[in-house]
Amino acid sequence: MVEGIYGTTMTMNLEEIEKLIKEGLPDATVEIQDLAGDGNHYSATVTSTQFSGKSKIEQHKMVYNSLKGKMGNELHALAIKTKE
Amino acid sequence: MEQQTNDLIKKEIENNEICLFMKGTPDAPQCGFSMAVSNMLKILEVNFKGVNVLENEHLRQGIKKFSDWPTIPQLYIKKEFIGGCDIIKEMYENGELVKLLESKNINFKKKLII
Repeated sequence: MVEGIYGTTMTMNLEEIEKLIKEGLPDATVEIQDLAGDGNHYSATVTSTQFSGKSKIEQHKMVYNSLKGKMGNELHALAIKTKE
Repeated sequence: MEQQTNDLIKKEIENNEICLFMKGTPDAPQCGFSMAVSNMLKILEVNFKGVNVLENEHLRQGIKKFSDWPTIPQLYIKKEFIGGCDIIKEMYENGELVKLLESKNINFKKKLII
């Protein structure tokens, strides 16, 4: 583990991220891309009816909650886009 | 220490209408996400304070707790938490950021999007 300007460099794989989001938001459709092919920079588009009526901040928090504290730690770079 | 950090965060938010907690500075961002938000504000010619969380580990962790948000950068406008990089980028692209600045009476330069 290296503590650098990007934080710890432990990584998570794509399937693991998808699994956690789907566990947290069971009806969600999750599309994940490994942006740099390095297992460390992902983008996820999450579509769920549970986002309906919620602010963007709340929607993103729901995704963060499903990742159980990994966001900002093992998972440094995950760009999130939420859709109702 | 936690109280001190919270006071520091509150002071920054109260003293700066637009306050961006970021990694690095607006002139020398140390992370792509921080750079992206900083650049969007620069393009709109918004006067903002960049607070470098890398200078203070307590601040770096404290701001995540304070906002209940796990990542940096974090943008505050008139004491309100607006979001992180993804949300600001989306708002910049769909015009909501400009609308928000207008509604909060923040000076910025309107750009013609051609």
